[in-house]
Amino acid sequence: MLEIRDLLVEAGGRRLLQLDNLTLPAGQFVALLGPNGAGKSSLLKAISGEVGCRGELLFHGQSLRHWNPQERARHVAVLPQASSLTFPFSAREVVEMGLMPLSLSRQAGADVVRAAMIDADCLHLAARSFPGLSGGEKQRVHLARVLVQLVQAEKTPLLLLDEPVSAQDLGQQHNILRLAVRLAQQRGITVLAVLHDLNQVLRYGMRCLVLAEGELVADGEPEAVLTPHRIEEVWGYRPERYTTEERFALL
Amino acid sequence: MMNRLPATPAAVLLCGVLMVGVVLSLTEGAVSMPASGSLAAIWDALFNSERSGLLGHEKIIVLELRLPRLLLAMLVGAILAQCGAVMQGLFRNPLADPGIIGVSSGAAVGAVLAIVLLPVAWQVWAVPSSAFVAGLLTTLLVYSLARSSAGTSVVMLLLAGVAVAAFAGAGIGFLSYFTDDTRLRELSVWQMGSLNGANHQQVLLALVAFVMLATWFQRRAGPLNAFLLGESEARHLGVPVERMKLELIVLAALGVGIAVACSGIIGFVGLVVPHLVRLSCGPDHRRLLPLSALTGAVLLMLSDLAARTLVSPAELPVGLLTALLGAPFFLILLLQQRKQWSLSGA
Repeated sequence: MLEIRDLLVEAGGRRLLQLDNLTLPAGQFVALLGPNGAGKSSLLKAISGEVGCRGELLFHGQSLRHWNPQERARHVAVLPQASSLTFPFSAREVVEMGLMPLSLSRQAGADVVRAAMIDADCLHLAARSFPGLSGGEKQRVHLARVLVQLVQAEKTPLLLLDEPVSAQDLGQQHNILRLAVRLAQQRGITVLAVLHDLNQVLRYGMRCLVLAEGELVADGEPEAVLTPHRIEEVWGYRPERYTTEERFALL
Repeated sequence: MMNRLPATPAAVLLCGVLMVGVVLSLTEGAVSMPASGSLAAIWDALFNSERSGLLGHEKIIVLELRLPRLLLAMLVGAILAQCGAVMQGLFRNPLADPGIIGVSSGAAVGAVLAIVLLPVAWQVWAVPSSAFVAGLLTTLLVYSLARSSAGTSVVMLLLAGVAVAAFAGAGIGFLSYFTDDTRLRELSVWQMGSLNGANHQQVLLALVAFVMLATWFQRRAGPLNAFLLGESEARHLGVPVERMKLELIVLAALGVGIAVACSGIIGFVGLVVPHLVRLSCGPDHRRLLPLSALTGAVLLMLSDLAARTLVSPAELPVGLLTALLGAPFFLILLLQQRKQWSLSGA
């Protein structure tokens, strides 16, 4: 569904990311891992068109650059890490902005907004002023917004999550990850998420891509990819690995 | 939880106030006239009848002096308020105001340049065009100075405004030095912002500008909301960000340029009005823009009424009054922002 070939992202003469070949099929939940500065954000920005890059990004067989902006907005959504909105919109109004690229009747729009806010566990915040919410709450409101944005996709949509759990408490972290798994399995959405907690990756068993110094160093099942040896190589920390009833955990 | 007024009753209320203001503006002033007669005089002029019972000079006062001035006040107020609202959205900053960030001063330099240097016959079109071009250049300058990845920096915005205003002050001073005494008097009143001398051409110009701006802005209201989320977020929602920014900068500069050309520097309308509307009806541009236009029209009309009647038969420049009201308001906003900054640790 998304095919990346010979991608090169540079800034100020420095190479930030180089990817020869990467394919994300429909309905897959993919974790993007790597230390700070490894090129994770560069990859998300290259896909979402925020930074210039060389190479090919084919989305449903057509270069992402050539997608019509409206059409593209219905198929590619990005959850930002933090929000700079300072005007006193209510949380519901922020979620309603996700309706912008869509063509829904008023009632259908309201239903979609409500359903997304339930999914992202923020319906109870609907009438609150957005700038007054905590960082984690703001991010869940944005999550609901990007979910709304994708409801009218005619082809498999792509959801990019930039650190979707780093501002969340433990319970919400797992809610969001379960939601992402559900979106991938039930609605066939391809989810690419920047994550930091390797145990969460092991727990939800999604495909992992490990980036280090701008290159892809591993791609595959978490059990195969996240070996203590590789973790030490990439992150400079050697964890202990435990096995419990068919699962691994890292300490 | 937020308390908001629904938009429709707010609009109805504003229209009511506007009507009362219109009648008062037509009847009050140095020469007092019966309300029915003044309104009938307008009817007469429109339908070529003879019902007002006003004397010849009274008709002239109503039709040639008070009516154009009243219409110009409403239009300029509406234009300034909408341009303020759009600029605040564009700068993603509630403190942006054409006067404060220097766009009005920039436009004023352009206007003065045209007033002093060009023949009087050209001025009807030359003054607004020149004000527009100078205002546009100033907006682009201030925007490029103040923008950063996290929106726009208030400090840079205000500093740029101070610098531009100082430069413009010097420029206007320089130009006034070379002009004759009558024009000098004209210039100084105009610089303080005054609707004195409103004529039909100005009203027509402001009307065309207002209708065009209001329609165009309204079409961009939804994307402007998304823009407040951040530039990348808006882009991801399918908004053609770069094109929209340029379009709105040009339109806002056009609005301010025409307002300045018609009535000089009338400050703070663009700051106070959108802020009041946001406080009472929320920040959604689809409601904010039309309500700001209405509130701006009401505010400037009433300010001008006060400017004409407070020291009658003399009159105050209306820009002085709006500054008198607006400056303390601006300080209060700054104090509020400072509280937010200290909370966020920035």
